[in-house]
Amino acid sequence: MQAVADIDPVEGRPALIAGDPDFHSITETVAAPMEWTPPRGWYIALGVSLLMLSMLGVSIGWLFWEGVGIWGNNQPVAWGWPIVNFVFWVGIGHAGTLISAVLFLFRQKWRTSINRTAEAMTIFAVMCALIFPGIHIGRPWLPYWMMPVPNSMDMWPQFRSPLMWDVFAVSIYGTVSLLFWYLGLIPDLATMRDRAKTKVRRIAYGVFSMGWRGSQRQWHHYEKAYLLLAGLATPLVLSVHSVVSFDFATSQLPGWHTTIFPPYFVAGAIFSGIAMVVTLMVICRVLFKLESIVNLLHFDRMAKLLLVTGSIVGYAYSIEFFIAWYSGNPYEGFTFLNRAFGPYAWAYWIMVSCNVITPQIFWFKKARTNMTILFIASIFINIGMWFERFVIVVTSLHRDFLPSSWGYFRPTFWDIATFVGSFGLFFTMFCLFVRFLPMVAMAEVKGVLPEAHGRPPEPETDMPAIDVSATETAQVAGTARVP
Amino acid sequence: MSGQAASTEYGLLAEFQTPEHLYQACEKVRDAGFSHWDAHSPFPIHGLDKAMGLKKSPVSLFVLVLGLSGATIGMLMQWWVATKAYPLVISGKPLFSWPAFIPIAFECGILGGAVGALLGFLSQARLPRPHHALFNASRLERVTDDAFFISIETADPNFDRESTAQLLKDLGATHVEAVAA
Repeated sequence: MQAVADIDPVEGRPALIAGDPDFHSITETVAAPMEWTPPRGWYIALGVSLLMLSMLGVSIGWLFWEGVGIWGNNQPVAWGWPIVNFVFWVGIGHAGTLISAVLFLFRQKWRTSINRTAEAMTIFAVMCALIFPGIHIGRPWLPYWMMPVPNSMDMWPQFRSPLMWDVFAVSIYGTVSLLFWYLGLIPDLATMRDRAKTKVRRIAYGVFSMGWRGSQRQWHHYEKAYLLLAGLATPLVLSVHSVVSFDFATSQLPGWHTTIFPPYFVAGAIFSGIAMVVTLMVICRVLFKLESIVNLLHFDRMAKLLLVTGSIVGYAYSIEFFIAWYSGNPYEGFTFLNRAFGPYAWAYWIMVSCNVITPQIFWFKKARTNMTILFIASIFINIGMWFERFVIVVTSLHRDFLPSSWGYFRPTFWDIATFVGSFGLFFTMFCLFVRFLPMVAMAEVKGVLPEAHGRPPEPETDMPAIDVSATETAQVAGTARVP
Repeated sequence: MSGQAASTEYGLLAEFQTPEHLYQACEKVRDAGFSHWDAHSPFPIHGLDKAMGLKKSPVSLFVLVLGLSGATIGMLMQWWVATKAYPLVISGKPLFSWPAFIPIAFECGILGGAVGALLGFLSQARLPRPHHALFNASRLERVTDDAFFISIETADPNFDRESTAQLLKDLGATHVEAVAA
């Protein structure tokens, strides 16, 4: 827990990994959860997740049997929980690429401790997200109408529609995230192959590591491919939630028809995704004894990102109100007053308290490094970001231009069961991930250790000189790595 | 393979203690004029490609070509569907209303570029390759954990069993062994 105070002897910055690790101890720490009998907490988590997953199966089965009438969706709120859940899950998926790609381009080395988990979370969240538009279409035997192929009436999809853009954006986002994740996994899978004690493991990890042998002629191309994938994923992650927001923003509906939507959605997506990373990491680091690799420094920085993105989201909420008044459009003005003081005011104020007020606690360093506060705040933010999508979808639809068509949306049991079930899918995948794949990018973490430098660092004049005497270096290296 | 005669050797494998030792040894091996050799490390070491004298990686060319192809195919597909396969006038807009087609063309370009990055890496790194002569050296298993190596092939014109082994020892190798082909 002394992590924040340790100083990297080469860079003169706080050490990223606590407890003076060497390369071998990183391998041991990360590989342990895959090689030991999992802790009891893992079995409980997997059992509960599988129960929830079966709930998803039953809900979808009943939906296919009976039709979308089992949900609360109806006029005027035809886009109910399925679309709320879709946007919620896609949003959570955005933190993975932010941490892996954007922070990589900005040379934020602390990302290496959490990027693998965040990328895995992204892929599982996108899987959950893709379920909802698929089952929401009402005729589940026709999802191929979303593909660029003609249907049985020789009609083609309408590419001018943002809903089609969305199909491409989200599915390509899922694919590219998977490629990026897999590329990062190759060296670590080779580590698992070389450590394997059983034949099954050696073959399984061997096949997926494709014969990686840590050769510099391979690393050379690997690093280039990784950099370029990061460069491609960065505009992709910004475009995906922009396109999701176009689903709303290109309509004529007050409350949806605003130009602030793309940046506002992207900031909200990153906000919710980092909150989910914090939720997962607070548990996993204790359960799998990763405290030295994922330490207070990482939580401190994630909390700062939560503060920044949460404040952007708060700014967007206030600008929406300002524009509703400033535009002079009576429908727009009514919609926003209705949001804050109408029948769904409870949802609106849950959203504001969770998303705008909660992250303000992270102005204080004590809160940024306190696991209990971080965990509770991240749960609040997860709840708040779900309510943000609920407020956007439901409050804009339930009272439109004609008071005669107003209504009040209530979810049914099956709405709730499907949503809770989607968490079952997410957590089942996550439990399997932590058991069978390295949940920290070992090769990348080793690369940011102080002793990983090939060349002795040039002393820089504008930085306070740090005396790297032989004894100190030996101490950092842990064992006798320096002769 | 390990069962074959010892006269067919792949080359020499030398272990080094730290990334710094490896880096300095690579500079010397490069300057000694070797061409069929490689360095092995558990993580990419900053600047080691220059210390080895490697050329710029052509992976970026794969990304450029496949990325542009992806974007072009995405736009052409929408153009063909909107004007030839299923022409439908929406709000009096032209059939080829290209601004509305940009998001999908962009996403297809990203997809092409990402596939290009992966294919570029796999083809340049010669992967997947289930077996390699170096796997005969069980010591190399530790390269994915915490060990650093240089391998020099017998195929190299400068290779000489004795003097090359001596060179590697002089460069600070803690262990030098011959690897069966």
